[in-house]
Amino acid sequence: MPADLLPFFGVVLGLLLVAHMVLRRFAPLADPTILPVVALLNGIGYVFIARLASDVGDAESLPGQQATWTAVGIAAFTATLIVIPRIKVLDNYRYLAAITGIVLLVLPLVPFIGREVNSARIWVRLGPINFQPGEFAKIALAVFVASYLAEKREILQQARFSLGPFTLPEPKHLAPVMVAWGVSLVVMVAEKDLGSSLLLFLLVVVMLWVATARVSYLLAGVALFAIGGWGAAMRFEHVQDRLDIWLDPWADPDGVGFQPVEASFALANGGLTGTGPGRGEPYRIPEVETDFIFAAIGEELGLVGSVGILIAFVLIVSSGLRIAIGTRDTFGKLLAAALSTLIGMQAFIIIGGVIRIVPLTGITLPFVSYGGSSLVSNYVLIALLLRISHDGAARPDLGEPRSDQRVTERVGS
Amino acid sequence: MNKQIVRLGVGLMAAYLVLFAQLNNLQFFSADELNAHPSNSRPLVADFGAPRGEIRAADGTVLARSIELDDGAFARRREYPLGPLFSEATGFFSFDSGSDGLERTWDDELRGERNALEDGLRELLGGASTTADITTTLSVDVQTAARDALGERPGSVVVLDPQSGAVLSLWSWPPYDPNPLASTNTAEARRARSALLADPSNPLLPRTTRELFFPGSTFKVVTAAAALDAGVVDLDSPIFATTESYTPPLTNNPLSNFGGAQCGGPLRDLLRRSCNAGMAQLAVELLGADPLVETARDFGFGSVPPIELPDVVASVMPDDFGADLGRSVEVAPDLLAQLDEIPEVPLTDDIPSLAQAAVGQFDVKATPLQMALVAAAIANDGEVPSPHVVQSVVDSEGSVIHEADLDPWRRAMSQETSIELRGVMLEVVESGTAQSMAIDGLIIGAKTGTAQIGADIESTHAWVIAFAGDRVDRPAVAIAVIVEADQAVGEQTGGRVAGPVAREVLEAWSRQR
Repeated sequence: MPADLLPFFGVVLGLLLVAHMVLRRFAPLADPTILPVVALLNGIGYVFIARLASDVGDAESLPGQQATWTAVGIAAFTATLIVIPRIKVLDNYRYLAAITGIVLLVLPLVPFIGREVNSARIWVRLGPINFQPGEFAKIALAVFVASYLAEKREILQQARFSLGPFTLPEPKHLAPVMVAWGVSLVVMVAEKDLGSSLLLFLLVVVMLWVATARVSYLLAGVALFAIGGWGAAMRFEHVQDRLDIWLDPWADPDGVGFQPVEASFALANGGLTGTGPGRGEPYRIPEVETDFIFAAIGEELGLVGSVGILIAFVLIVSSGLRIAIGTRDTFGKLLAAALSTLIGMQAFIIIGGVIRIVPLTGITLPFVSYGGSSLVSNYVLIALLLRISHDGAARPDLGEPRSDQRVTERVGS
Repeated sequence: MNKQIVRLGVGLMAAYLVLFAQLNNLQFFSADELNAHPSNSRPLVADFGAPRGEIRAADGTVLARSIELDDGAFARRREYPLGPLFSEATGFFSFDSGSDGLERTWDDELRGERNALEDGLRELLGGASTTADITTTLSVDVQTAARDALGERPGSVVVLDPQSGAVLSLWSWPPYDPNPLASTNTAEARRARSALLADPSNPLLPRTTRELFFPGSTFKVVTAAAALDAGVVDLDSPIFATTESYTPPLTNNPLSNFGGAQCGGPLRDLLRRSCNAGMAQLAVELLGADPLVETARDFGFGSVPPIELPDVVASVMPDDFGADLGRSVEVAPDLLAQLDEIPEVPLTDDIPSLAQAAVGQFDVKATPLQMALVAAAIANDGEVPSPHVVQSVVDSEGSVIHEADLDPWRRAMSQETSIELRGVMLEVVESGTAQSMAIDGLIIGAKTGTAQIGADIESTHAWVIAFAGDRVDRPAVAIAVIVEADQAVGEQTGGRVAGPVAREVLEAWSRQR
């Protein structure tokens, strides 16, 4: 264990305290649950990154970097709360958000600045800084989707178009789903980033359903996803490989199945109460400090610890959804639901991948995994969520709700 | 919308419930199964780093021990402070290339496992596992002398106490260093093993117990013991014709004396001068296959010596010399004239092979350990001792788990025969082929051997087996030395090549006792 761990740990704790004070100052009425839970996840993640640093060959500098990224993340958190005094401000930048999101998504494909790491082309290098623009794109796209749906939801609700046994919206209204599908496919195929692809597509489909209450959107989404997934599996080797490994990791436990199989062994080794931090062998799993950090936690903190992580995410998601329900402004409501869904599904996709519930995709566990882009973007995401929370709680003092708000409320619920 | 958001929440909770269920499955319900999965190397890592007892020489010198490590995957590593010197006996303990020697045969005791019931009770009572230390019978001085005397020639040296069977030295060249094989850098360990496996001289093979060689003329003492026990000859009569070669029945190929020498006389002289012709004639015309085979088996041929090492091989005594042709072998007239009764050795159609077997050729093959046991049996009044390298095994609580079995393994010949053969073997050193072995102040009896390998007469194994001590009726040490055939060196005789090795080792033994 590095000798300078304690100072770093002090810095991390101090930063979280700063985040708390910023929140009390700029959004005093925000939900009080989320930030402590985020601090818990960030703290556990930091402890495990520091613990792995002593065992994983080239990871010695990771705790320092993670502490720095935590600082940057909290700065971004602070800036977000200050720059966006009310969430409705974002509603005005709908198309800017859409364009930003799409540009960020395809940025890694641009020659010279885009970089391929571990066969996924999701990195961008600008000068000395490497980052994953996809982590920020998801927030921009959530803003766009919430804003777009807040305006179009009634039209999307009314549309009728019969196709066999299904009653679908008119094709032109399906455009956003189709666009999301297309973008997801591009991400999956060109960047080989299955996790982000899945996440973005699910986000759009789920939000359509939330906004319109029409199950047909969900069904159409599932159908499109099935077609896209099947096509990709047939056509692209890396997708096929992931599926094969997921279906039967034991077919080649020393080769392609090594990572998930070792993760299962790590979790089994941890058992109910874990080996204790530092006493397990998580370094056996490749990429344990990023994609597989959940397995390291499960090994050393046991079922108790791994379920604790699950509960932390359940708390964040349920608090986020409660914020959505408590917000009367449609945009804020949809955005809160979208951001909660993003965090909840991202954690589900990577944890599910590690424990072989879904095919493994290389995305980070929010706040826990090592990684600057992920940490900073998720702090921004949480800041937005807390901003909505504050706005919702502060409604008697702040402006009047949209005229359609109450009608919607009755129709929707 | 709120209804959808609630449903979305329910959906996400359901997804997380699936994660919860799978975590319970992996970390609780299926954990034992996963931990025991053959692809799971975690138990192996824990195992390799687990506490493990020491292996020591008779004087307490540590031959193998486990050192605690502060970092890395393994809690401990195995160390062999004397490097290659004792690998023949200790073997090695590696992470994923198996183990050998005492490390393999005493694995359970070294790691402190007895039986499931006892271990379970111990665990229940909170007791630590009780690793056991092995004290061997091996002597650092004798082993070092064996290494130095043999030098860089392929060969083996086995030294043991003929009364107790305690093995003082097991050395063979080329040896291997067990340390790299036991490395906690598993890739390095694998490389070390691959290099040893690829080495044509096969250093990983413990030749003393696992390799078979033609014993050549050292086997003549077995033939002599069979003949004396059967009563078909005694040491001084009959007199075998002085000749250059003997041609057995049913063949025209003569079996020549070494170097085409003229030699003959009574059994005493045949042994002293190592006459092939006379010994072959004795076996073919007076003794026959059955008594020879039976005596060889009594010496231990065909059985695995009960030494505590893995994969020890049995020495080979062929017993098929063809179909009985229904008549007796014709005895040479000069020999017949000296006999009181006519021996009736059945003539079989492969009887020429019996002539070869009688002088330790044909399909007769022995380990160096077995040939040391032949010397030991002659030294020990006809009884083959139980060879052992483990003196005692004592666990960390001080209880003795195992003590060496001092009962003899088997009887090879009558006491009278052994006394007669001891006398003859003393003469071999005094005036025969092993004069190079004489040591002032020590009574030494020996028999040399020069074994042809195949048809290539130019390269030969050089053998000597011997006993030594202060009293001829109770020798205190037995030894077998083989310097293997080497094309580059050509012919090597037992007396000239193996004898000096044995003498150096016996001198060292004499100094340290």
